[in-house]
Amino acid sequence: MSKLVITDLHVTVETEDGPKEILKGVDLTINEGETHAIMGPNGSGKSTLAYSIAGHPKYTITGGSVTLDGQDVLALSVDERARAGLFLAMQYPVEVPGVSVSNFLRTAKTAIDGEAPKLRTWVKDVNGALERLNLDSTFAQRSVNEGFSGGEKKRHEIAQLELLDPKVAVLDETDSGLDIDALKIVSEGVNRFREREGKGVLLITHYTRILRYIEPDFVHVFVDGKVAESGGKELADQLEAEGYDKYLKANA
Amino acid sequence: MTVTTDSVRSALEQSPELDKVESHLHPAGSFVVADHEVPTGREEIWRFTPLKRLKGLHADAPLDGRNTHATWNAPEGVSVGVVTGDEATSLRGVSGWVPNTRFTARVLAEVPATLLVDVPADVEAAEPIVVEVDGTDADTTSGAHVVLRFGRHSKAVVVLNHTGSAAVAAVVEVVVADGAEASVVSIQDWADDAVHLSHHQARVGRDATYKHAAISFGGDLVRMDANVTYDGPGGSAELLGLYFADAGQHIEHRIFADHTAPRTKSHAVYKGALQGEKAHTVWVGNVLIRKVAEGIETYEENRNLVLTDGCQADSIPNLEIETGEIEGAGHASATARFDDNQLFYLQSRGVSEQEAQRLVVHGFFNDLIRKVGVPSIEDRLLTTVEAELAKNVLKDVGSLAAFGSDS
Repeated sequence: MSKLVITDLHVTVETEDGPKEILKGVDLTINEGETHAIMGPNGSGKSTLAYSIAGHPKYTITGGSVTLDGQDVLALSVDERARAGLFLAMQYPVEVPGVSVSNFLRTAKTAIDGEAPKLRTWVKDVNGALERLNLDSTFAQRSVNEGFSGGEKKRHEIAQLELLDPKVAVLDETDSGLDIDALKIVSEGVNRFREREGKGVLLITHYTRILRYIEPDFVHVFVDGKVAESGGKELADQLEAEGYDKYLKANA
Repeated sequence: MTVTTDSVRSALEQSPELDKVESHLHPAGSFVVADHEVPTGREEIWRFTPLKRLKGLHADAPLDGRNTHATWNAPEGVSVGVVTGDEATSLRGVSGWVPNTRFTARVLAEVPATLLVDVPADVEAAEPIVVEVDGTDADTTSGAHVVLRFGRHSKAVVVLNHTGSAAVAAVVEVVVADGAEASVVSIQDWADDAVHLSHHQARVGRDATYKHAAISFGGDLVRMDANVTYDGPGGSAELLGLYFADAGQHIEHRIFADHTAPRTKSHAVYKGALQGEKAHTVWVGNVLIRKVAEGIETYEENRNLVLTDGCQADSIPNLEIETGEIEGAGHASATARFDDNQLFYLQSRGVSEQEAQRLVVHGFFNDLIRKVGVPSIEDRLLTTVEAELAKNVLKDVGSLAAFGSDS
């Protein structure tokens, strides 16, 4: 089972002028097997939603709830959320100098599973995941995200998604900055994940381009800290044609 | 002493080969002990050092105590032993060092014996020469003079490993002859009450390579000055440092790369971590590019990771340039706490906060440990970093099984 329920979520961030509300009552339910795309203009709070779900300390939850299979996600620490089955593919993955990809992946897998992976199958799994994302075998020896190209960072995020096998994946603008070949490779990785039993995906994007490769079940337009409109994938086509103007005007 | 522009200029004119550069960073030298006043702590080169905790090593403490026990191995072709009398006397200042501190002048003048490691020309030592110095009493003071001599085109690694309790003032003179490849690793893994005041002076020959690694974990007060000068063009020096200061410890490292010859290189990387109340580290990097030293390259870097509240890390890179004709010169210094974004990233992959901190610290030191280039030492350093972390950052973590070595 994997059901992520976000109810009336309010989030503030600390600014020089005091706390500023970014999320203003988000409601969203992702049932198992569903892929939801969240689309919206810059500054609408899409990334804040992603980071709030993952538990970044910069954001303060002031109201509402997030549950995963009934468990109160907001009561958990960042690492507990990951172990509960949440995964955030970040827009700007962070460099960790001196820590190799191979060490990082093994440490993460061990933490998620509560036991070290079996060496023989693990090496095979890692090599397979890297290969499928077109990352060569020397990649595992490099320091995490250090000196990676933009595309390598994103492909590395998706390799982690495959290996850590969460219940629900939140993908924060995974498509931004990718050329078409990299976009296809990343999309294929996400689709392989979706094919697994009972997985949920929350795909946050500014552009409709990635939706040609990852077909969403639902599309939500995100404006000014909440969902302004929801629909099927035809909503994405409408946004492609008309842009966000209508929502921004309505908002203003 | 007051220095006027004129006096500097006239000094330069008198000896164009090796111009005399007056600076508060490197006071004038003398072999005569009486020429050196007892430091007060106001001098630039002493201002960070808590003199009261030096047990008089900077002043007039006896240097004839017997508070250390040294053992060593000598690979084939290498001789290691204690020399005395005229032979010891002839080795004083063999690195070109003219003392600019009272303690180094006293060591050269008063300590009767010298530990000499002699790697003859063309000899390649099959294994590291390890000198174990074990302290037996922190309440007595002693002085030590060590000479490491690497002959022309020789190649060897010398490890000086300090453990136990002692209060020692030491001068280590290193001579790297033309074309030689020398590595010197000095490990300060003292007990908590040890005091170690040391000066390492190396003279790097033409086209010779010198690597110096200063590794300080233990001791109440450890101060080491690691200096390099060059005998001819093409010499290269890599100065590495790794330190980990706990509550109450004072660990001070100073380097001085004195580019006395053209087309020479110096590259310094010192990395430190601090944890616990009143853990204090000092790093002062000095590079002097003399007028004669055209076409040189230098870079000095110091990074500190502050793991808990109550620590202090001082970091001061200095660069003095007397010629504009250089290939490259730069420095970097950074002192920071854990990067929240790094911890968040690791935690978002299920890794606990403490284990995330551990990964980050290991990562911080990993590159440096690899650069030391002595496999037996690298393993030991990883273990020691782990033990240091266990004292504080990880004291509540039960199982560390998840962390594997990098393979």
